[in-house]
Amino acid sequence: MAGRSDEQMTGAEIILKALADQGVEHIFGYPGGAVLPIYDEIFQQDKVKHILVRHEQGATHAAEGYARSTGKPGVVLVTSGPGATNAVTGLTDALMDSIPLVCITGQVPTHLIGNDAFQECDTVGITRPCTKHNYLVKNVNDLARILHEAFYVATNGRPGPVVVDVPKDVQFAKGTYVGPSNIQHKTYRPKVKPDQNAVRAAIDMIAGAKRPIFYTGGGVINSGPAASKLLREFVKLTGFPVTSTLMGLGAFPASDKRWVGMLGMHGTYEANMAMHGCDVMINIGARFDDRITGRVDAFSPHSRKIHVDIDPSSVNKNVRVDLPVIGDCAHVLEDFIRVWKAKQNQVDKAALAQWWKQIDQWRAKDSLKYKPRKEVIMPQYAIERLYALTRGKDVYITTEVGQHQMWAAQFFKFEEPNRWMTSGGLGTMGYGLPATIGVQMAHPKSLVIDIAGDASVLMTMQEISTAVQYRLPVKIFILNNQYMGMVRQWQQLLHGNRLSESYSEALPDFVKLAEAYGAVGMRAEKPAELDGAIKAMIEVNWPVIFDCRVASLANCFPMIPSGKAHNEMLLGEDVPDEEIEKAIGAEGKVLV
Amino acid sequence: MNMQAQPASAYFLDDRKQAIETHTLCIVVDNEPGVLARVIGLFSGRGYNIDSLTVSETEHEAHVSRITIVTSGTRNVIEQIRTQLDRMVPVHSVADLTVQGNAIERELALIKVAGKGEKRMEALRLADAFRARVIDATTESFVFELTGKTSKVDQFISLMQPLGLVEVSRTGIAAISRGPEGMKI
Repeated sequence: MAGRSDEQMTGAEIILKALADQGVEHIFGYPGGAVLPIYDEIFQQDKVKHILVRHEQGATHAAEGYARSTGKPGVVLVTSGPGATNAVTGLTDALMDSIPLVCITGQVPTHLIGNDAFQECDTVGITRPCTKHNYLVKNVNDLARILHEAFYVATNGRPGPVVVDVPKDVQFAKGTYVGPSNIQHKTYRPKVKPDQNAVRAAIDMIAGAKRPIFYTGGGVINSGPAASKLLREFVKLTGFPVTSTLMGLGAFPASDKRWVGMLGMHGTYEANMAMHGCDVMINIGARFDDRITGRVDAFSPHSRKIHVDIDPSSVNKNVRVDLPVIGDCAHVLEDFIRVWKAKQNQVDKAALAQWWKQIDQWRAKDSLKYKPRKEVIMPQYAIERLYALTRGKDVYITTEVGQHQMWAAQFFKFEEPNRWMTSGGLGTMGYGLPATIGVQMAHPKSLVIDIAGDASVLMTMQEISTAVQYRLPVKIFILNNQYMGMVRQWQQLLHGNRLSESYSEALPDFVKLAEAYGAVGMRAEKPAELDGAIKAMIEVNWPVIFDCRVASLANCFPMIPSGKAHNEMLLGEDVPDEEIEKAIGAEGKVLV
Repeated sequence: MNMQAQPASAYFLDDRKQAIETHTLCIVVDNEPGVLARVIGLFSGRGYNIDSLTVSETEHEAHVSRITIVTSGTRNVIEQIRTQLDRMVPVHSVADLTVQGNAIERELALIKVAGKGEKRMEALRLADAFRARVIDATTESFVFELTGKTSKVDQFISLMQPLGLVEVSRTGIAAISRGPEGMKI
């Protein structure tokens, strides 16, 4: 199909043909005046399936879920003006978490641009800082090239969202179609293969390590399944401990004995202490985010740091590293393994044994432990049970943002990449529910669960209507503590427990709400009834909203307080409230 | 709870402890709509400084423009700016001329001076000494065209101040490296 350059077609036809040629099967969108020609074209074809959301933000998160769970780019179609501005949150989210999206926005006709026309906004101006790249198409003959370029830019290098703004007259105008194979980008050629000197230097550093740790991130997931496989192989060769950021969960199996849990603000004690005490840190596809490092001047002070990243601007941005290795994770890991084997490197077994002994002592603290209660469901317990009862099933988990998200990251164990969809960088409440729609669309037979909070889920609740329309049996598992839990926790820690506006007053009856949408509503209030209810939820082949009533004032521990270092963690239950309040100094209070 | 002593601060990225440097960056970009806004937006969005900015299409057929930015910041910040610019999609290449060293930097200024009598004569004499050209003249004014290093232009303008300086228009810095090699694009 590709490459016939003499084909004349309308802009709208070009868009659908370009999508089909890019292998797009699903697009998430919402119609409006400035995209009517494209919707007319959608109506007259059946290669690309359109999923009608209820709000454009929902479309972007659904596309993110789709992309994150498949490795393919997610595609969004929205109208001009409010359609585009509503998509901004999701675009920013995708930029922060490096998710490949292509978002086509309608625009008022070219001659009206700049006239403050109805539903006009400066889409390329507004989305410039929240996309990897964006385009305004003024000539229909550029449209096909730009669309193919958009897919190339979104998926190559560090992935990200790309907006293509198409004025309505360009959608009607006739022009020439070119196929994807004829496109070569003029300027954008990210480096994926690492410098071999850097690889050799890294391997020498790794071989000499006495207290090493792998610190892996979302880059391993973005690189594709091969990267996860290679990571496992390299870890097996070295026997080093592995920790991961929130975005990287699943790249390394949580059941492996070398897995020390997630690191960072709510990471495990052993992961953070190992980061603090290591002598060689091997960062693969992570970016030293502030949630990870805590206080940067006290971050892992005795280590030499190797940083594998596809984006050179991530190097030395937050933390000085000793050895940057620029390239794609899979390529770099492949080279690491090859050079490691060629050099017949041996690890320092005695030192490593000593290191593991130390890590096991930290592990023995059991930093995730919490006090179970008989009469109320502890949120941690709810996730433990959800995990236990879905084990062995083909499960995909999304989350909203807040305490429930951290508990999900701590207590749900992932064995495979692409199974965990969460808003890490931007921290978008309302991400999880629409994300399930994209995930379920891509994996119709799988069990797709949004571990949600009562406040977050209301931000995009309307998308349950989308799930019902497309018969997507997503499970919205709400840990309902009637608070914006993380806000409340921080108010307790930082602001004298003055719970300003963090109580969820006038919550809807989630069971009735589910029924009003045509979904199934369920509720569990006591630990004794939880298992039965979860099993029933799994059995239902229909969208479910599950109102799991949990202890309202539970705090998420362990925690690195703001402005503190990895070795200054607060552990859970043995911390009295006074100590929590003292833990964050005046300098920490101004941090987020 | 602390199992190790408070660590020495080995990696302190606190910018306050580093000296502020001024660097000249050359950015070769594809001259597509919005590319300048993209570059400037990076500076404003991430809180970087622009001391001088010059931009013009340099290869019309290839639609390639060259942006010269003089920026100031700590060494870390300058390196961040360079890598952040380099990863932008329409950017062909970025060069830090200050790091490469010994680059030529020039600026052009148009300077309007009004006055009569001795002041007018003094302005003309100084212009001659600075090799500024007169490109417009009336019986009570001159417009001088002056090219040179920023310091020279600054000095000339300050000398014109008491002699009836009316208005100044400056291009900002254009820069190029010495020697036979061109900038890779």
